[in-house]
Amino acid sequence: MSALTNTPAPAAVAGPPAPEASARQRRLRAWATRAPLLPALIFMIVITQLPFVATVFISFMDWNALYPDARHFAGFENYREVLSDEALRRSVLTTVLLTVTVVLVSLVLGLVLALLLNRRFPGRGLARTLLIAPFLLVPVAAALLWKHVLFNPEYGLLNGLLNWVFGDGAAQPQWVTDHPLPAVEAALIWQWTPFMMLILLAGLQSMSAEQIEAARIDGAGNWQIFRHLTLPHLRRYLELGTLLGSVYIVQNFDAVFTITSGGLDTANLPYTVYQTFYQAHENGLASAAGVLVVIGSLILATFALRVVSSLFREEVAR
Amino acid sequence: MSATATAPDGAARARSARTRQGLLSLVTWALSLAFFLPIAWMVLTSFHSESDAATNPPSLAASLTLDGYRDFFGADGGASPWPSLLNSLVASGGSTLLVLVLALPAAYALSIRRVEKWTDVLFFFLSTKMLPVVAGLLPVYLFARDAGLLDNIWVLVLLYTSMNLPIAVWMMQSFLAEVPVAVIEAAQIDGARLPTVLSRVVAPIAAPGIAATSLICFIFSWNEMLFARVLTGVTAQTAPVMLTTFITSQGLFLAKVCAASLMISLPVLAAGFAAQDKLVQGLSLGAVK
Repeated sequence: MSALTNTPAPAAVAGPPAPEASARQRRLRAWATRAPLLPALIFMIVITQLPFVATVFISFMDWNALYPDARHFAGFENYREVLSDEALRRSVLTTVLLTVTVVLVSLVLGLVLALLLNRRFPGRGLARTLLIAPFLLVPVAAALLWKHVLFNPEYGLLNGLLNWVFGDGAAQPQWVTDHPLPAVEAALIWQWTPFMMLILLAGLQSMSAEQIEAARIDGAGNWQIFRHLTLPHLRRYLELGTLLGSVYIVQNFDAVFTITSGGLDTANLPYTVYQTFYQAHENGLASAAGVLVVIGSLILATFALRVVSSLFREEVAR
Repeated sequence: MSATATAPDGAARARSARTRQGLLSLVTWALSLAFFLPIAWMVLTSFHSESDAATNPPSLAASLTLDGYRDFFGADGGASPWPSLLNSLVASGGSTLLVLVLALPAAYALSIRRVEKWTDVLFFFLSTKMLPVVAGLLPVYLFARDAGLLDNIWVLVLLYTSMNLPIAVWMMQSFLAEVPVAVIEAAQIDGARLPTVLSRVVAPIAAPGIAATSLICFIFSWNEMLFARVLTGVTAQTAPVMLTTFITSQGLFLAKVCAASLMISLPVLAAGFAAQDKLVQGLSLGAVK
């Protein structure tokens, strides 16, 4: 120990003093610059990266929490089981279906609303505020609202309205039981459309009015302006909405948990992972499924990061 | 009409354009109201008695009552919601404070006095946001259990901090970068030292952005349910976990569900409307201004 601490000191003295001191000073200054960053960086690595390493580790073990003594190394056994398990494979399909439907529908609705809101009209601020409100409900509260207050077949608002409009003998569908996945999707679309609208509205507002004016003077119609000016300008915002929406909705747990509790083929991957370890106590299997979710998300994330970075570079260059 | 030869055509076109604009405004309003209808209905239902709330067709004009809210606050001998609300407040408020403490210096090192490779660091923060939380859930649970930290609100404070830190670093980085370097240099030439520069020059310019960032972090923590459900039980239960007790129907309970959902969403609605202009920036992780 003492030998190690002693050696650098004579070396520092022996070397040419001026450049050594300045190099040290430079290193010191670099660390002084880095210092404010370090707490946040270390915190993130410890809290988000270490658990993931542990998940990868556990995913190679046969480990049921109810039989902790039988824990042993299992190689790729969990992955084989996860990939060949019918229920898990179905939950992969459900996740894809749920994410694609919710993202696409809310993106289209969000685009329509953003275009409509991007004009001057009386009460525009209020209309915008009303439209944002669904996004500002606690997700569990929004899911409860749809499940009990809107979808309930006996006294829900949807069937109530049907009854009102069509009188006695109106159809009274069992919304959740008959269409479980669309029911979950409807609730999510309602919450996520405002998100898409906000992003696209920001995109529309960053368009230059002069360019549109010039095109109009050149005789371009509304559709031509939308097709050749607005859409190309919005492309990146559409991509961003799609990717961020996907990243958030792939991870959705609250709506599935609340509306169907994963029943009726609506269990998505996060719900399945939760159930595998929380109810079935299969730690190894749950971890393997978790690792697969991560791999799926990483593919999405690579694209998402690319879009964010291109917008970011533009922002910095400006 | 016949007095001028060319005017009718122009006037008619202007009139039809105005009609079209009016129609579009009408459509916009109809859609906005349609989106808001479920919330309006929830508010109305929360003020109805349980029997009026559960009629088909719906009873619009039923008399109003505060019973749903009294029920929510435990008037009928039910559990009081205050411990859960307080837990949510501690988890959200505590993690937001911790986020600020960690994110402000980090954002400083990524915007005003930049470390080398600062964009790489920024993207590292962002990439952690893309990892699904469910992948780390099990090890976190096992760790909390073995350390005797299950049902402990401070575990949630730490987890929510890690959940929001990337967003906060990105947002604050962009707010601090808006502070002109020339202003900072001028202050330094005038002999101001770092703390003075930060409090007198940087803070006033960046303050609205920092406030919006805090509100957005608060919203995300308040909304979180998966970690809260797995890691808390009785004493540290948060408000969204309390809401999950309404998942299975319990007879006539619509008014109570609506009252509870509204009361628990109230802080989020307030924070969200307060941060409205900066909401997009937070949600898009700072990519859109």
